[in-house]
Amino acid sequence: MDVSVKSVPLSVDMPAQAGSTAKLEEKISIRNLEFFYGESRALKKIDLPLYAKKVTAFIGPSGCGKSTLLRVLNRMYDLYPGQRATGEVVLDGENLLAPGLDINLLRARVGMVFQKPTPFPMSIYENIAFGIRLYEDLPKAEIDNRVESALRRAALWEEVKDKLNAGGQALSGGQQQRLCIARTVAVRPEVILFDEPCSALDPISTAKIEELIDELKQDYTIVIVTHNMQQAARVSDFTTFMYLGEVVEFGPTATIFTAPTDKRTQDYITGRFG
Amino acid sequence: MSQSLANQPALAGMTAAAGLRAAKLNRLRTSDAAFRGMTRGAALGVLLLLGGVIVSLVAGSAPAFRAFGPGFVTAEVWNPVTEQFGALAPITGTLATSLIAMLIAVPIGIMIAFFLTELCPMALRRPIGMAIELLAGVPSIIYGIWGLFVFAPFLQTYVQPYIIATFENIPIFSTIFAGPPYGIGVMTAGLILAIMVLPFVTAISRDVFDSVPPVMKEATYGLGCTTWEVFRSVILPHTRVGVIGGVMLGLGRALGETMAVTFVIGNAHRISGSILAPGTTISASIANEFTEAVGDIYTSSLIALGLILFVITFIVLAAARLMLAQLEKGKK
Repeated sequence: MDVSVKSVPLSVDMPAQAGSTAKLEEKISIRNLEFFYGESRALKKIDLPLYAKKVTAFIGPSGCGKSTLLRVLNRMYDLYPGQRATGEVVLDGENLLAPGLDINLLRARVGMVFQKPTPFPMSIYENIAFGIRLYEDLPKAEIDNRVESALRRAALWEEVKDKLNAGGQALSGGQQQRLCIARTVAVRPEVILFDEPCSALDPISTAKIEELIDELKQDYTIVIVTHNMQQAARVSDFTTFMYLGEVVEFGPTATIFTAPTDKRTQDYITGRFG
Repeated sequence: MSQSLANQPALAGMTAAAGLRAAKLNRLRTSDAAFRGMTRGAALGVLLLLGGVIVSLVAGSAPAFRAFGPGFVTAEVWNPVTEQFGALAPITGTLATSLIAMLIAVPIGIMIAFFLTELCPMALRRPIGMAIELLAGVPSIIYGIWGLFVFAPFLQTYVQPYIIATFENIPIFSTIFAGPPYGIGVMTAGLILAIMVLPFVTAISRDVFDSVPPVMKEATYGLGCTTWEVFRSVILPHTRVGVIGGVMLGLGRALGETMAVTFVIGNAHRISGSILAPGTTISASIANEFTEAVGDIYTSSLIALGLILFVITFIVLAAARLMLAQLEKGKK
């Protein structure tokens, strides 16, 4: 097939198990994706839809390729020589893997939150204003507004409103992670990728982040990689179980966790391996 | 009674063993005390050495300061015949050559370091890195010879005439770049120093750039930043303490470097507005004139120059410490 761009977003009926007949819009379509670290193939023929304004979780044992898959979605792998992807990742009709693509613009559309909080070495305010200024020339007052709304969005405003000029690195781990989410949101992306966002956080901070993800999905398409299956069950609408570089099973989270069709999925979620 | 008797040999054995152990421990204690004493002695020795250097510098320079007063530092005159000496020309030359060297070496060194850590293809990384390290290992006399016989004539023929012509009609610049193209001079010395300082700045910057966590860079790139924005907004602020350390190390070398500078600076005890003119530095003056220094005042003046260099280096180091402390405070 030589037509790589679809003019109409694919719509499918939500599976009956999800308990709704609402139409789902495919925000990102991964088709026949393969990924290589040098010669070794880390992802094998991945076909996967990521639905708009839904949370999709990638689960699977370490080394199954879930983080690799996530890093394809904003082409983070471009930073490293020797890593390459083939196939198609179509975001709103545009193939992200196309050679001429503006990577900086792509990363503005597809934001990412990392395993460890990564506040920049500047003030809390600047951490957020920095990203906004990259893409927009706004008057000071407007930037102030955007910073505030981003911090509110990340449920951090009340905690930091009196110390916006303090260094971002002085915050606690959980606050730092919410600062990073605020920073990502401030750029107004369409998709937000979470790479094990709570793996370095305490349970209370984790709960806050999960709550936040649940709110953010009203406006954003969210993809989350997690090692914590309870977390996947709590926050996601769809779950992808990956194993050895392949997608073993994809479906509504309720289905994957209660009635998986593949034996390997069943073994993994019941804790028999991984 | 019989019981206590029966216990006696065992008791004697125990005390004997305890005695042996105590003796052993005592020996160990003595050698341990000796070891501790030695380490303390080594550390105190440094203080003693430094104190000795300061005392002999101060004592040696006393006649010159007695003769010329504080004016020694501000006078430009340097006349061995009339025995009138002033340190202003060497001080100016030292500061000017070091400034030129740092202005050139710091940005280039940081750029090389960034290229090596972030952008350089793996295959090129080792050769360039090794070349930088070799550059640091070249003895300064070689820079001196090369500077005098190759670099200075090259500048004189191909570079300086054009610089002079270009800035001829621009105020201020026409003074800075005035005069006949000698080849040797303050600018040439500064350029040679830049080459010598470059490896220090590069090597240390490279090490600290390498220490930035990859996830930090990914987060910045992940926001859509360009390479320059990542460098300016995250890598440089993250590593500025280390980079400043490298710069200060380089500056220390530039201030004190003697051999190469002596070859190419021209050794003229005067202050010129033009950096193309010959000049002198503190260390170059001392190295050049020590053998011909006859008379107490002449010798003492040279030692006084040494003391001034010592003070300048100390001030630079102290300023660096202060700056780092300030930066650390700013972070918190």
